[in-house]
Amino acid sequence: MFFQNSKRIFRWGVINFLRNGIVSFSSVLVMTVALLMVGSTILLSVFLNATLMNVEDKIDINVYFNIDAEEENILTLKSSLEVLPEVSSVVYVSKDLALEEFKERHKNDELTLQALKELEDNPLRARFNIKAVSPEQYDGIAQMLEGDTAISLQYGAGFIDKVNYRDNKLVIERMKKIIYGVEQSGIITTIALIFISILITFNTIRLAIYISKDEIGVMRLVGAGNMYIRGPFVVAGSLYGVVAALITIGLFYPITLSIKQHTEDLYGGIDLFRYYISNFNQIFLIILISGIALGAISSYLAVRRYLKN
Amino acid sequence: MIFFDKVTKKYTDRSIGLSNITFSVEPNEFVSIVGHSGAGKTTLLKMLLAEDKPTSGSVFFESTNIHKLKGGEISRFRRRVGIVFQDFRLLPNKTSYENIAFAMEVAGRSDKEIESDVPHVLDLVDLSKKAYNFPHELSGGERQRVAIARAIINQPDLLVADEPTGNLDPVNTYEIVQILKRINDLGTTVLLTTHNKGIIDSLDKRVVTMEEGKIVRDNSRGKYEL
Repeated sequence: MFFQNSKRIFRWGVINFLRNGIVSFSSVLVMTVALLMVGSTILLSVFLNATLMNVEDKIDINVYFNIDAEEENILTLKSSLEVLPEVSSVVYVSKDLALEEFKERHKNDELTLQALKELEDNPLRARFNIKAVSPEQYDGIAQMLEGDTAISLQYGAGFIDKVNYRDNKLVIERMKKIIYGVEQSGIITTIALIFISILITFNTIRLAIYISKDEIGVMRLVGAGNMYIRGPFVVAGSLYGVVAALITIGLFYPITLSIKQHTEDLYGGIDLFRYYISNFNQIFLIILISGIALGAISSYLAVRRYLKN
Repeated sequence: MIFFDKVTKKYTDRSIGLSNITFSVEPNEFVSIVGHSGAGKTTLLKMLLAEDKPTSGSVFFESTNIHKLKGGEISRFRRRVGIVFQDFRLLPNKTSYENIAFAMEVAGRSDKEIESDVPHVLDLVDLSKKAYNFPHELSGGERQRVAIARAIINQPDLLVADEPTGNLDPVNTYEIVQILKRINDLGTTVLLTTHNKGIIDSLDKRVVTMEEGKIVRDNSRGKYEL
């Protein structure tokens, strides 16, 4: 009996979906917009998260050595720093390497290169790029390098010329704040948009079912139970969700492909298209389940008011 | 079989649908209810189908008080009553066959029963050729015959026909009445409301006349008099 009823409810749901072409079409269209919002939220938060992590990754401490510092001493200091538990890596950029970097960075700036040529010696200082294990340890490491008299004693005063952390820190903190702000407002906006599109979807489905309210009355008079009346509407609602999810997931392919270049070019950006393709199953599942839930729940609630005795 | 016990229905203090109605219908009777528009015929049927509750009094179907039934019981009760309306009230997105099959489905009948009974009843109302047409593809008379087929498919104890010929021409009206008579001859109680003098006079059955929510005449072999 249960199996027989379920089969019939499902069948009528599918038949109604197909026969009410225009109503189904408009419901699917509205729901597609809602699901596009859901998908955009996922991609937006992935994008902003990746950017934030990338910026965080850019934090390091630059230690500039005196222009006359011996490379041997620098390397000794490097090994002693590397054993510290807070330090995750120390990259040594020698004077020559720093010069190469400088030239590369200014390759389009004739004037600067000309000025550099005029100098006989390499004016750039050797440096360390130190990365800490976690961001909050930078402060401690910077303080230690700035104030440690042991280093001065061992390698001579002024061995360390400058510890460049405060400046970096300020910029990075500011950037983090901006990204965080964008993330927050972006997510609030999309949540608001999702909410609005859920309301619009709900209303569209309510309207679709309102059209059938006489039909529901007839079904009741013929003696149909509530489950039997409501079931096909819920099935049709779920089908709106399935079709809308398929359309949405299809639309994201060209969308992510077209913004791929822009997101990649942004500072610390991520290839959203690749993300979309490699997480396709997960994204598809989220959108599909959202669609089915949205359609089914909207239909369930919309029919309810016509079933009251 | 049906018993109205001092039933009153007030919509507001001034608008009274039924006023202290008491009457009964025996099994296998064919009862016509006549009266002007607003006399209370439709309200009476609504009370009987548990579509609306009386302000006071009770309505019994066999020994059950209809208005004491709960949700699921109302559905089961309605499956014992076949209903035909003036405006047909077919499900617009279902074919003739499906409209009739739907009534069987909700009654929990098996696919096999549906496959054997529906063609049979379509034949009875002479619509075998229109089984797969949608209501909007049928004429008024044909739609009403589908509605009657749907009403009788579950072999109800009672058939309620609310002005079933109101939208039909004389030829179709005559056919519908013949079908109702045949159904009554087969043992189903029929309750018919109508404005049509010709029908009442040709039926030569019990006639209940209503006026302003009251029963003013109840003749066992009545004519149409207002």
